[in-house]
Amino acid sequence: MDQILEFISQHQNIIYLVALMIFLGVELIEKVPSVLHTPLMSGANAIHGVVIIGAIIIMGQADDLFAKVLGFIAVILGTLNVVGGFVVTDRMLDMFKKKKKS
Amino acid sequence: MIQQYILDIIYIAGALSFVFGIKLLGKPESAKKGNFIAAVGMGLSVFGTIFLFKGEGDVHLKNLEWIFGGLIVGSVIGTMMAKRVQMTQMPQMVSFFNGMGGACAALISLVEYHHATTPQVVATYNVITDGVPQVIQVVSDIHPMEIGKALVIYLGLIIGSISFAGSMLAYLKLDEKIKDKVLPLQQVINIGLMAVILGIAACSIFGWISIPYSLYVLLTLSLLYGVLFVMPIGGADMPVVISLLNSFTGVAAALGGFLYDNKVMLFGGILVGSAGTLLTVLMCKAMNRSLLNVLIGNFGGGASKGEARAITGTIKEITKADAASLMKYSKKVVIVPGYGLAVAQAQHICHELEQQLEANDVEVKYAIHPVAGRMPGHMNVLLAESNVSYDKLVEMDEINAEFKTTDVVLVVGANDVVNPAAKNDPASPIYGMPILNVEEATTVIVMKRSMKAGYAGIENELFYNNKTRMLFGDAKKSITELVSELKNA
Repeated sequence: MDQILEFISQHQNIIYLVALMIFLGVELIEKVPSVLHTPLMSGANAIHGVVIIGAIIIMGQADDLFAKVLGFIAVILGTLNVVGGFVVTDRMLDMFKKKKKS
Repeated sequence: MIQQYILDIIYIAGALSFVFGIKLLGKPESAKKGNFIAAVGMGLSVFGTIFLFKGEGDVHLKNLEWIFGGLIVGSVIGTMMAKRVQMTQMPQMVSFFNGMGGACAALISLVEYHHATTPQVVATYNVITDGVPQVIQVVSDIHPMEIGKALVIYLGLIIGSISFAGSMLAYLKLDEKIKDKVLPLQQVINIGLMAVILGIAACSIFGWISIPYSLYVLLTLSLLYGVLFVMPIGGADMPVVISLLNSFTGVAAALGGFLYDNKVMLFGGILVGSAGTLLTVLMCKAMNRSLLNVLIGNFGGGASKGEARAITGTIKEITKADAASLMKYSKKVVIVPGYGLAVAQAQHICHELEQQLEANDVEVKYAIHPVAGRMPGHMNVLLAESNVSYDKLVEMDEINAEFKTTDVVLVVGANDVVNPAAKNDPASPIYGMPILNVEEATTVIVMKRSMKAGYAGIENELFYNNKTRMLFGDAKKSITELVSELKNA
């Protein structure tokens, strides 16, 4: 129990941050028209690709083969998530441009 | 030191770019800019990490050739996949990329665990004893992991693996490579498996019982859970599941942020985790169902709940020539597109039909149900792709007021979203879902391949309505013929 309380006290900054972020995330998309749900989901999908930073750090500090191989795969997969996610979202949003009546 | 400050500022900019990006993505006019801003923030954070990050002992990252190699391989493959995918296959593409992020998070946990539990060589000496050269390595002691770190590593692995396996299965299901399957006692198995996973994780994190290779056991079980979690969920509910898995990956990314005390990972991850969860709930709301109901309800699995009311009546067919002239002499036609239209790739020809009708002074609008297509907004994307003007796409609440003054409603490949059972049959599984009140129009023409039921697997009373005329056949072929009838008439 003491351990848990100590943990909370030590990491209180992060706990504040996380709590506020959760509210911010909810606020940000509460009033979004349903037509934009798909691009928004796709855009959010690209943003969680930020996990690639972890993969880069691993790869950059890897000494043994295990870490090198898994780190390399992780970098590739993370990049797929980021690049693919942003490109697909961009393509979707291209469709939303208002078109002049011809 | 100055480099560390610059990196900190880059991370702040990156985190803010995500917030602004998501904010701007919420409005049609600014959405493209929002996506771009988030992408720039991401690029900055990635390159900032590569060149400025310093780990323990104040050393820069090494293996740069491997990092750039991975980035290039991933970028090329990712861009190609994203550019080539058909608009109708958009949902499975998002699911695929989401799975990649989940796998990345799981791999990070695996490596960090390996790192923390394997003795590291901290120094190497070459010494000569009795004339024989020897290499002596000094190895660090292994300390038991701190609880906080263990928690983050284990949870990152579990959530990342579930997200990966679930997303890949959702991808395969939407691509129709795998069918829905419900095991007997599916929910009992799922809950049991989850309990086992959490139990093993808790024992290992708090060090109650040491389980050999517990992380690899958890990896296997979590992958299995991801599969079992998505397996029974019906095709029509897949977007909800993808959105949920999307927020899972967000949480996994945030856990990585804890692990490296990296605020931009934490920020991006939590933001997607919470926004994704709300988006999931909003999607469920559009179908007037709860998330729990989607996850355990087997909506699309074919299991019938209660006796649906038997429908009596006769089906009245209409020829293409009659349909064409009926529409030509109408004042107002509303087209209700459904997933069937997307499957038949009929969106382009549908736009041509609209132009032909307008040439004959017929007002044409599209009625967009919130869950038309495979994802909210999916239908808009498909129609916009074939140059249908944005103003012609009318959302459900608005168009429902207009059906009374509509002469002809053309239902193309939609079924459940126009099923009156949602309003008047409490025994129906879709009871309570808001629908398009097409039966208020003077005539309803329903284009369908056959009398097969929709995703929900239920009969549609609308087809037997006196106002309804059925036009059987492939949507693309039928509309093409309608267009040529209109041209000739």
